Amino acid sequence: MMNMIGLINIAAALVLAPLVPGIINRTKAKFAGRKGAPLLQNYYDIIKLLRKGAVISWSATWISKIGPAISLVAVMISLSLLPLGGGASFLSFSGDLILFAYLLGVARFFVVLSALDAGSSFEGMGASRDVMFSALAEPTLMISLLTLARVSDSFSLSGIYSGLASSWGGHGMAIFLAAVVLFIVLLAENSRIPIDDPNTHLELTMIHEVMVLDLGGPDLAFITYGAALKLWIFSSLFGGVIFPSSSSSCALSLLSSISIIFITAIAVGVVESTMARLKMMRVPQLLSGAASVAMLAFLISFLLG
Amino acid sequence: MILTGFSIVAILLGGVLSLLLGNSSRKAALFSSLGISLGAILGLFQVFAALFASVPLSFSAEWSVPYGSFDVGIDSLSALFLIPVFILSALSALYGARYLPELAGRKSTGSSWFYLSLLIVSMVAVIIARNAILFLFAWEIMALSSFFLVCFNSERKNVRSAGWTYLVATHIGTAFLFLFFAIAGVRAGSFNFSEWGTLSSLASPELFGMFLLAVVGFGSKAGVIPLHVWLPEAHPAAPSHISAIMSGVMIKTGIYGLLRMMIFFGFDHIWLGYLLIFIGLTSGVLGVLYALAQHDLKSLLAYHSVENIGIIFLGIGIGTVGVASGANVVAALGFAGALLHVLNHALFKGLLFLGAGSVLYSTRTTSIDRLGGLLKRMPVTGASFLVGSVAIAGLPPLNGFVSELLIYLSAILYISHLSASNLAGIWSFVPALITIAGLALIGGLASACFAKAFGVVFLGEPREEGASKSSEVPMAMRLPMIVLSGACAFIGLCGPLILGLMIPVLVSSISLDGESAGSALSFARWPMIVVASAATVLIFLTGAVMYLRKRLLRRREVTTSPTWDCGYELPSPKMQYTASSFAAPLVGLFKSLVRIRTSPPVLKDFFPDGGSYEAHPADIFREGIFAPLFKFIQKTAFAFRWLQNGSVHLYILYIAFTLLALLLWKLGGL
Repeated sequence: MMNMIGLINIAAALVLAPLVPGIINRTKAKFAGRKGAPLLQNYYDIIKLLRKGAVISWSATWISKIGPAISLVAVMISLSLLPLGGGASFLSFSGDLILFAYLLGVARFFVVLSALDAGSSFEGMGASRDVMFSALAEPTLMISLLTLARVSDSFSLSGIYSGLASSWGGHGMAIFLAAVVLFIVLLAENSRIPIDDPNTHLELTMIHEVMVLDLGGPDLAFITYGAALKLWIFSSLFGGVIFPSSSSSCALSLLSSISIIFITAIAVGVVESTMARLKMMRVPQLLSGAASVAMLAFLISFLLG
Repeated sequence: MILTGFSIVAILLGGVLSLLLGNSSRKAALFSSLGISLGAILGLFQVFAALFASVPLSFSAEWSVPYGSFDVGIDSLSALFLIPVFILSALSALYGARYLPELAGRKSTGSSWFYLSLLIVSMVAVIIARNAILFLFAWEIMALSSFFLVCFNSERKNVRSAGWTYLVATHIGTAFLFLFFAIAGVRAGSFNFSEWGTLSSLASPELFGMFLLAVVGFGSKAGVIPLHVWLPEAHPAAPSHISAIMSGVMIKTGIYGLLRMMIFFGFDHIWLGYLLIFIGLTSGVLGVLYALAQHDLKSLLAYHSVENIGIIFLGIGIGTVGVASGANVVAALGFAGALLHVLNHALFKGLLFLGAGSVLYSTRTTSIDRLGGLLKRMPVTGASFLVGSVAIAGLPPLNGFVSELLIYLSAILYISHLSASNLAGIWSFVPALITIAGLALIGGLASACFAKAFGVVFLGEPREEGASKSSEVPMAMRLPMIVLSGACAFIGLCGPLILGLMIPVLVSSISLDGESAGSALSFARWPMIVVASAATVLIFLTGAVMYLRKRLLRRREVTTSPTWDCGYELPSPKMQYTASSFAAPLVGLFKSLVRIRTSPPVLKDFFPDGGSYEAHPADIFREGIFAPLFKFIQKTAFAFRWLQNGSVHLYILYIAFTLLALLLWKLGGL
């Protein structure tokens, strides 16, 4: 199905997404008793980077140039499948969650390639960890979305999220477990604590940040913007489960779901402030644990359905 | 059928001519690649005619072999399998025309070309045969000709051992097929496939037994785990254009054979679907895990064949479950996905093997950890290899995603079919769940694996001299790769169009009538349109962003500098992350399934000089099942060694005793 109102979702995401990292950082600053960077810092960063020249590695090829662009575009296209609150997405079909997950896969694949392009061992290390975690996170995301699809009896993201409000009553347990899993996937896919620390200072311990060490200027701006969009997408996936919009008014539901995304960002900030980062080799355990919980949620959706 | 006849004649003629002209490798290459291309074009005309013909083409003649008859035919299922055979054979032959003479040095190439034409003709014969004896005959020629092709570099020990493994493996498979065809022929009362429809009325236990025979026989050719052990040996040993044909199309004859036999059994058995899903899941996940652990480019690709065969099995399995539970849409999408993946895999795996061949041609090695930085030196090969990598990882906008999506959709629809019926127990959902979760895991691991393969081979800096002195391969080798890349993109961008192509194939394979196949597939039409437009938008928007980038940087300072190395002043290519270290964390997670055997350096004396470290991924199926099994067989056989002591007199005595025993038996029987 094609839904023109869905264009508003895309526009909202494109405009507001850089706020999400801002909110997370503000929350962390408040916890640490700091004043913190302005809420709009991510916008300033992106604009500053777009206005800069670039320093390119000797080893780099055209992959470093096209990689950030493709990954940004893939994330942008996945936005067209993402519903916001009760409002349906721009495009949808039964099974669109697969296309959605694979578009995010394209984005990751090209970031990884741009990382390997510079031939640095740090970036190789980050890329290796990134593919390891995402190979585990991908089935986890898929199964938790399937669970939601089962309980709301629809296999398109729009159908799932508009049907959730009425299924919390009957399938509360399954939906709750799926939401927990989605939150873990949100942290893993966006390289947040406890999986990765976006503020780390040592290349050896970084994952996402180390992969983009050799990018600069507009390329880094594309990556930063893409990361913000991805954070928006996953916050919306998680927030939409916890507070499914049931409002009949389109504007109201849009507003409420946007504020839920921001609340999710605060929650991420709280987690980052109160938790330490996991040891690198514990992360797979967390992710495979999440996958098992997702399987459990899927099976529970039958038992209590 | 007359065009197919001409096509076979053209291919064989090219092969025979090059056998006669074997001393001049250029002439041999010219004649046989011409013959194969001409044959492929003729064959393709026939195939496309057959694909849309309302009545399957057929031809029948007498054959003096007992029980045999020369029954051949092309229905849409055969046509679909013939398309990649002709396309990939022609392109690989063109590639080989430049590649093989270089590789061979002063060795005669005539026989290799002759066996290649024999291999192509026998694959065609397997697919069009409609008589069990003819099928087995073609099957055996296919096995033998490919054995000789694998053994082209027989002066190397590892090639001989690979050829030997392949010969044994293929004949074990053929033994099962002999048994299977014998039983089926006796039960149906004829060896002509046209009369095998009655097999579906057999009792379940017998059907199950026959199905197992067919799965082992055809599965060993297709390379399902644990019967895959020959693939990672034979594919790297063969010349690359041969690996492309073997991996791209020859192993698919196993899928074809199994499907053809399943048509006779009927798909109405849900356990059959469950079994296929189980096989698909193990082959898919283990195949890609083993691939991840490899550090030889061609072994990596060989294990990916195992993975893709697994994906095809998942599709056939969920499709069979769909037929058995009466859900036409599930069935149609599952089979459409599996069959399209057969075509897709031929395209991108052929492309990747040709790419690996170009790397070998230019750098003289396929060891991933010795390469690096090839994209700058071999731009066309690199770009095509990237296309192949994205396609095989199942990522949009290319063809791998289209077929995987169809399989996903089939599993999703099966879940909603079960939910709607309300009768289904909780366990009946598990096959669909593991299909989806399995495909997602396979997809994630496959993109990790190809990020590694492309990233380490083509990006960064050359790790050794072979890579730093490499240069782009000649045009004749680049062109087939470009064509295959184009085909991958075409299917990725034209999903809705391809869907229409699948309707006649579904009609002839799972016997849906045309109308219900069409309406079942119409479910996938809108998703395919969305996917195609998303793919198109992806390409154009990337172009737009690249233009924006160019505009932004136009008047600004763009400088180059060494890669950031924490301030260390002397970066060396050896400091780069290697393929082994890239894959190590992921492989380590599954260390109970994939073993890496390492030999760490031994330090002697107070001033040790030099050291070496080796790591080899070990296949637990080869080492855990087949090696002990063959050791046992050998031991048992040696126990009877005393019977064979070399004395002719004794042998004559054996013969006399045997005759006497037979005589007594015959008399006793009276």
